[in-house]
Amino acid sequence: MSTLTGGQISLNLIDNFKEIHPGLTKREAIEEANRCLYCYDAPCIKACPTSIEIPKFIKKIATGNLKGSAKTILEANPIGASCARVCPTEELCEGACVLNNETKPISIGHLQRYATDWAMQQREPLFEVGEKNGKKVAIIGSGPAGLSAARELSLLGYEVTIFEAQQEAGGLNRYGIVSFRLPTEVVQWEVEQVKQLNVDIKTNTVVGVDITTEELLNQFDRVVVAVGMGNVPHLGIEGETLKGVYDAIEFVKRTKMDELTDDLVGKRVTVIGAGNTAIDAATTAVRLGAANVKIVYRRTKNEMTAYQFEYDFAKQDGVEFRWLTTPTKIIGNEQNEVVGLECLKMELGEVGVDGRQKPIPVQQSEFVLETDVVIKAIGQSRHLLLIEGFGLEHSKGVVEVNPETYQTSKEKIYACGDVIFGNGQGEAMVVTAAQQGKEVAEAIHRSFVLQSEIV
Amino acid sequence: MADLRISFAGIKSPNPFWLASAPPTNSGYQVQRAFEAGWGGAVWKTLGEPIINTTSRFAALSFNGQRVAGFNNIELITDRPLEVNLKEIYETKKRFPNHAIIASLMVEPKQEKWHEIVKRVEDVGVDGLELNFGCPHGMAERGMGAASGQVPELVEKQTYWVKEVAKTPVIVKLTPNITDITITAEAAVQGGADAISMINTINSLMGVDLDTWNTIPHVAGKGAHGGYCGPAVKPIALNMVGECARNPLIDVPISGIGGISNWQDAVEFILMGATGVQVCTAAMHHGFSIVEDMLDGLNNYLDSKGIASIMDIVGKAVPKYSDWGDLDLNYKVVARINNDVCINCNKCHISCEDTSHQCIDMLKNENGEPYLKVREEDCVGCNLCAIVCPVEGAINMVELKQPLPKMTWNERQSNIARFKIDKVAK
Repeated sequence: MSTLTGGQISLNLIDNFKEIHPGLTKREAIEEANRCLYCYDAPCIKACPTSIEIPKFIKKIATGNLKGSAKTILEANPIGASCARVCPTEELCEGACVLNNETKPISIGHLQRYATDWAMQQREPLFEVGEKNGKKVAIIGSGPAGLSAARELSLLGYEVTIFEAQQEAGGLNRYGIVSFRLPTEVVQWEVEQVKQLNVDIKTNTVVGVDITTEELLNQFDRVVVAVGMGNVPHLGIEGETLKGVYDAIEFVKRTKMDELTDDLVGKRVTVIGAGNTAIDAATTAVRLGAANVKIVYRRTKNEMTAYQFEYDFAKQDGVEFRWLTTPTKIIGNEQNEVVGLECLKMELGEVGVDGRQKPIPVQQSEFVLETDVVIKAIGQSRHLLLIEGFGLEHSKGVVEVNPETYQTSKEKIYACGDVIFGNGQGEAMVVTAAQQGKEVAEAIHRSFVLQSEIV
Repeated sequence: MADLRISFAGIKSPNPFWLASAPPTNSGYQVQRAFEAGWGGAVWKTLGEPIINTTSRFAALSFNGQRVAGFNNIELITDRPLEVNLKEIYETKKRFPNHAIIASLMVEPKQEKWHEIVKRVEDVGVDGLELNFGCPHGMAERGMGAASGQVPELVEKQTYWVKEVAKTPVIVKLTPNITDITITAEAAVQGGADAISMINTINSLMGVDLDTWNTIPHVAGKGAHGGYCGPAVKPIALNMVGECARNPLIDVPISGIGGISNWQDAVEFILMGATGVQVCTAAMHHGFSIVEDMLDGLNNYLDSKGIASIMDIVGKAVPKYSDWGDLDLNYKVVARINNDVCINCNKCHISCEDTSHQCIDMLKNENGEPYLKVREEDCVGCNLCAIVCPVEGAINMVELKQPLPKMTWNERQSNIARFKIDKVAK
């Protein structure tokens, strides 16, 4: 959310992980809702990957019809409560708001949160299961894409089973997004909404281990692969196995699973990478009490993939950025504990295939950053084992799909979410995954209707 | 899912939301778009001898940045030939047989004129007629609209003429530009009206331009009074609906009109005795799609109250609307400030100190921090502080149980009179 601000870091770590923004008061929500112009053919709707009818849900807040408002949001986006918190709204709906150059854009994200918070507080189910059509769909992964597909398929009358490797459902939203931006309760509620539609979620179940791919294909009419991405790959430098070296994904995940520990209090932390995960790891380290947190990145601010608001947030949290710096070695002491990170200075060279200038090492620019902890955040690996287990065509782990239907190289297998993101294909946003989940559901339904198996 | 269908003086409509006779219902194209958007009915823009309109025509009141808090217009009735309108009414009704189409009519106050137009519009299949006795500008100068609507005899007589030939229900639309609307409402009932609708627009001048000294709006440097409507007129309209609803001589259904912008406004009118509502300004401000939330919000409201049908709440607040003389003089509320919520703007203090009963003190606690406190023994329970308070929950009006039983002014006066009689008798 664009208005996240770095909070005061408390000695009580639990406080540091509470949601940063308290949510709008009723008065704030009504005033803001009444500021919305209720545009016709509104640009905010077009800027939303899930096409939420934004003026409509805002009008409903203004008239006190919160149920209608929440329903409008969740109809278009099954994980609208999460998206209200994690969407880069200034690049999407709020960025498109016609009031941008007049006054200030409507706080669409906050209003969306206000309406979905209302829905979370009352227990009444908002949607009903569709009439059974006799078809069964397996979804692998319960992250944004998987949950969204499951919700839509259930409304269309499919019997849906989700297979989730982790202990709890929710995927990236559950384990990968820091709780001070997305509290676990929100994700749990969204999972609950899907479960209420008779979707069976089998957690602790790894496809390929607990159930084979063949069994899955035999038992279900269609399979949706929505497994996202894996952990951070190796840096390929010396010292990666030292004590005090973490994978950013695992690092964040730990704060969302177990009780917070004070082992980072007073420590110096260096995060490698400048994407949104790197920012999450860095701000998490700050909130765990680290004395100093640096981000090292081999390019400059202009090339970083983190959103501007994430960057601003990290700056407000006191995170230091070391641009044009690449790590070459993690230095340990005799106890195998990290004590430093050897780095090289870089400079930008010619433009590469991705349109960004390539970083080139500056000769003899080695220097050492003293640090106690190194967190790797240089991207995510792919679930190759599973992808190849199904025999899906892919390019470097990015599953290839028909862009219209999300069908993979296997007729009955579809894929959506981060598993198809990369190599210039798709977007990595949570909201895009939600939309893809919807579209997969539609495509699956269409495939049956075309075969006249469902009328 | 509550039942939103209404039966208004026998006119069936899928929901209580109709577009009022006004610019939004000028053509078949518009009315059909409105029905597609979800409106339950439409009162076609007033038919009569086609007129010539001026440019410009509309103006609106912005109140502290809120656009269209009020709206006025000097547009007249339809500017299109009757044949064209009748053809389009026929086509629209054919496409939307379950929606209500009402023809608004205005002709000279002559029996044969009314007979003629009633027959012609009923021939194309309208569900009802609305007699426009309210248009306050232009037509009034020609002896029609408000000019005839302000004269009870003319209201009665013209309604009677229409009823002589009408086969469909006749609604009489009343002007608020009159001292007591129940007089003309009674006249309409006397004339045989099946229903009444109110209010038409209120005489108004929107403003004067500070630089040119022209009126707003103006036509080539000259202005004329227009008809005022929009959210600002709602309390006026609601009172008039309530006054008619509680009058036993006005025993016909009421179509509520005046500043209705959302489902909440509609519920208020319906509770206060309207069987359905008509909307114009809100649609002109935002387009026909606003009806979606009107329907959704109304449905959710009824569901949340466990009410099966909108018809079940018609007039439910009417018994609560009475005369001042029937109010309990021994009922007492006082203001109470919640200092945990109060933001210390002191607006309650100054409004009370300067303009009410000087009972809110500005005090300091033991730490020297300011706080406000009501001296309840001096508070008259006027609500002013709670009205000006910008924070919800900071000032509550709380009831103080009184030792005295209920006593209204009327009861008090009759008791005094009885006491005097008793004394005389003794």
